[in-house]
Amino acid sequence: MDYDVIIGFEIHAELKTATKLFCDCEVTYGAPQNTHICPLCTGQPGSLPVLNKKAVEFCVRAGLAMNCSINKYSLFARKNYFYPDLPKGYQISQYELPLCENGYIIINGDDGEAYPVGIKRIHLEEDAGKLVHSSQSISSSEYSLADYNRSGIPLIEIVTDHTTNPMRSVKEARNYLEKIRQILRYIEVSDCTIEKGQFRCDVNISLKKKGSPSYGNRAEIKNMTSFKFISEALEYEIKRQSKLLKEGKKIEQETRLYNEEKKITLPMRSKEDAPDYRYFPDPDLIELELEKEFINEIRKTNPVLPDELLNLITEKYKVSQEDAYLLTRNKAVANFFTECAPHSDDNKKLARWIINNLLKHLEENSLTIESVKIKPKDFASLINLIVKGEVTDRVGKTVLEEMIASGKSPEVIIDAKGLKPIEDTKELNKFVDDAFSAHPEVVEQIQSGETKAINVLIGQVMRSSKGKANANKLRELILERIEKE
Amino acid sequence: MELCDHSAAELGRKLRSKEISAKEIAGSVLKRIEEKDKQYNAFITLTDELALKQAEEVDKKISQNENLSPLAGIPVAIKDNICTKGIATTCGSKILEGYIPPYSSTAVQNLIDDGALIIGKTNLDQFGMGSSTENSHFGPTKNPHNPEYVPGGSSGGSATAVALGESVLAIGTDTGGSVRMPAAFCGVVGMKPTYGRISRYGVVAYASSLDQVGGFGRNVGDTALVLDSICSYDKNDSTSANLPKPNFYPSLKPDLKNLKIGLPKEYFVEGIDTRIKEKILAAVKLLEENGAEVHEVFLPHTKYAISTYYLIATAEASSNLARFDGVRFGYRAKEDVTDLTTMYEKTRSEGFGKEVIRRIMLGSYVLSAGYYDAYYLKAQKVRALIQHDLESAFEKVDCIITPVTPTLPFKIGEKNEDPLQMYLEDIFTVSLNLAGLPGISLNCGYVNEFPVGFQIIGKAFDETTILNTAYAYEQLHSNNK
Ligand SMILES: [Zn+2]
Repeated sequence: MDYDVIIGFEIHAELKTATKLFCDCEVTYGAPQNTHICPLCTGQPGSLPVLNKKAVEFCVRAGLAMNCSINKYSLFARKNYFYPDLPKGYQISQYELPLCENGYIIINGDDGEAYPVGIKRIHLEEDAGKLVHSSQSISSSEYSLADYNRSGIPLIEIVTDHTTNPMRSVKEARNYLEKIRQILRYIEVSDCTIEKGQFRCDVNISLKKKGSPSYGNRAEIKNMTSFKFISEALEYEIKRQSKLLKEGKKIEQETRLYNEEKKITLPMRSKEDAPDYRYFPDPDLIELELEKEFINEIRKTNPVLPDELLNLITEKYKVSQEDAYLLTRNKAVANFFTECAPHSDDNKKLARWIINNLLKHLEENSLTIESVKIKPKDFASLINLIVKGEVTDRVGKTVLEEMIASGKSPEVIIDAKGLKPIEDTKELNKFVDDAFSAHPEVVEQIQSGETKAINVLIGQVMRSSKGKANANKLRELILERIEKE
Repeated sequence: MELCDHSAAELGRKLRSKEISAKEIAGSVLKRIEEKDKQYNAFITLTDELALKQAEEVDKKISQNENLSPLAGIPVAIKDNICTKGIATTCGSKILEGYIPPYSSTAVQNLIDDGALIIGKTNLDQFGMGSSTENSHFGPTKNPHNPEYVPGGSSGGSATAVALGESVLAIGTDTGGSVRMPAAFCGVVGMKPTYGRISRYGVVAYASSLDQVGGFGRNVGDTALVLDSICSYDKNDSTSANLPKPNFYPSLKPDLKNLKIGLPKEYFVEGIDTRIKEKILAAVKLLEENGAEVHEVFLPHTKYAISTYYLIATAEASSNLARFDGVRFGYRAKEDVTDLTTMYEKTRSEGFGKEVIRRIMLGSYVLSAGYYDAYYLKAQKVRALIQHDLESAFEKVDCIITPVTPTLPFKIGEKNEDPLQMYLEDIFTVSLNLAGLPGISLNCGYVNEFPVGFQIIGKAFDETTILNTAYAYEQLHSNNK
């Protein structure tokens, strides 16, 4: 391609504090309309905001996780605009002096290298209410209903710095979004469920001639509702903008909307129509001063980050980079691994079994790892039994399903279901006898040097013993018999 | 002399000695309202039933010899921009038509908890924007000394009610002088404590960084009594000062010994009515003769106070008043409303008064991109200079005495067409709001039938000094009469 792509994001993530940012109303999702409201979050005259300290803590946590410097002094500002979902006629946000500034997060770059994407700022602000229109939009509707349950829920806004390693491709953009979401989930400040509106993105994109120092005008695409749509919209914008540039035309600085059906972006408003928010410091809130101890305490107690966990899993437990990546996508899964690992004789096998069997089972049954009763120590025992050959893979899978359902240990399940491996030589030899007489041609093959054919006999015994034969012992017995014959 | 003309302190004594009942006090005040208020229009809403019910409760407690707070059984009128649960709160504006707050302001709740009788909601310039109580959707309030004249504003209803005996005490709000100025025009005592002393929770915001609740009484002691009730730390107001509840009334003493009074030369220059100047200088002399020292102080940035005030106040107001949009409460335009934007435009054009619209426009302009630095930011810098002037002055003196207004009460309608002239009425009062300092306004004589007030300014959170000075003056002044 002849153009460099520069992509930036403004991400809004809803914090999962117990109460709203400036009042004591509960933070809920899906509650009956207007049941978690008070004078403040409905903008009643005379009501005043009181800052929720927990939300400050959560924002600082995010800032530290994203390598930001935390401002000792920060300010809340009013962003003034009219809309029926905004009860006060202004949103309390941060403008000058946000809580966190100048950070970065590391993503996988397109060149395969670690790529530190610059974060310009992370600030705290309140969410607006929710409108339900009787028709498509507010202007075409006969009426619109307002639900203020969401009004005042704390949000953090994470803004990338387009001068410090912006994303260079749709793939990097996608990696960035996933990394941000992963971090916010790891540090337990937001559930980031897109469908619940807990994770919202505005993306901006500009193109410049390869090697050119000057940036082109940016187009911002607002209110993207899925990662897939973001990728599609960006693909479209790259095509649209490069076509314009090739034709020697100028790209307008404007805000565009993505049409999910037509898979195109359409202009929403030009730079000239951009609203003047008349920001000024909110006189109802005093300047926020953060004590060093407050920040240090958060630093000390900030939960482990995805990259830290990934390093631990590859370095301490010697799991491959690829498997470690799959394990750490979800913190609970990664934690499950690290809790199993000390009890396990083979961590690579442990990782594979979590990825191939446990996660697959959970996914097929729409379960989460938090919801299953299985104990890490028991899961490690199962892997150890498999490693020792005391349980075959096949039996192992049956036992795992039962463990997921009942939370019992593999030993108890094996006992109760009579899945105990057949160890007794006499008993095993009976199966071996049958296999030898059923497949004399295989015996001959082995004798003539095709040792691999032994697996046919093992397979036969496994079938007839319903997978219970101790595989290692069985192999020994078969080899012994071959030698004798 | 009717019961409603007695001081709160006196009524409290009579109540406790069971000489009179709270119900009789309430009855006396309501009778006065019945007689006078058609003419003077101090009240927007009367809460006579509530007051009588509260009086009954007080009487019951007295009969059971229960402990009572000093305000129990004392009528208090509430400026109608202070929220009262279940009672219409209009801010003197059509835009709040039909609005009944779901909660009470902390100040009013304190009064209720202390057993005060809530008499009604008093008239004001819409949202506190004005200096004459003419900018009210409910018609102007009349000066108690001459009904053709204004009572001052914006808390003109509260000041008039107290002056006429339509209440014994009242509370108001003071953003640029709105308690002190009508107190001077009506010949009562009005005091705005330090910013942060009284919770703003439930006070409909005009300019949040300047708004402060204040109290009215017919003497200094009564004013101290009402302040003792409404001053309190409130976790619902982030700008509330975390201080113990004051005991202004019990600690009043008429002590002038070693008191250093500052007299700012900048406040006695051109533009002030010489008759007012003479009265105030006489008051200062009386204090000096009785033990106080008088020093000249310099407040060089005084001349910028009015412009600074109007930049900051209108900027904050333009944002504070955005919530009055017809969506959730109050007035909503119905005719010729074609879409959301016209609903907003018509609601606000029809609902707000002229002065309110003027200030919203001014404030929106002040905060606009490209003008913010030149106006709002610069005003904040000048505000810091004004604050610094006062701080430096207070290194040398304990309090500062100034006029309250440059003129005597003016005729209703006289200044309506000239907003700038009206804005200048606040010239001596706005500096305190900009600096957040306490100030008391009290009477120092009459010119014809019109009272003249003077202002005593104190250090931050040192209300005691100015109350004591006012108390001492009040005693000397009445002895002199
Ligand atoms: Zn609320």
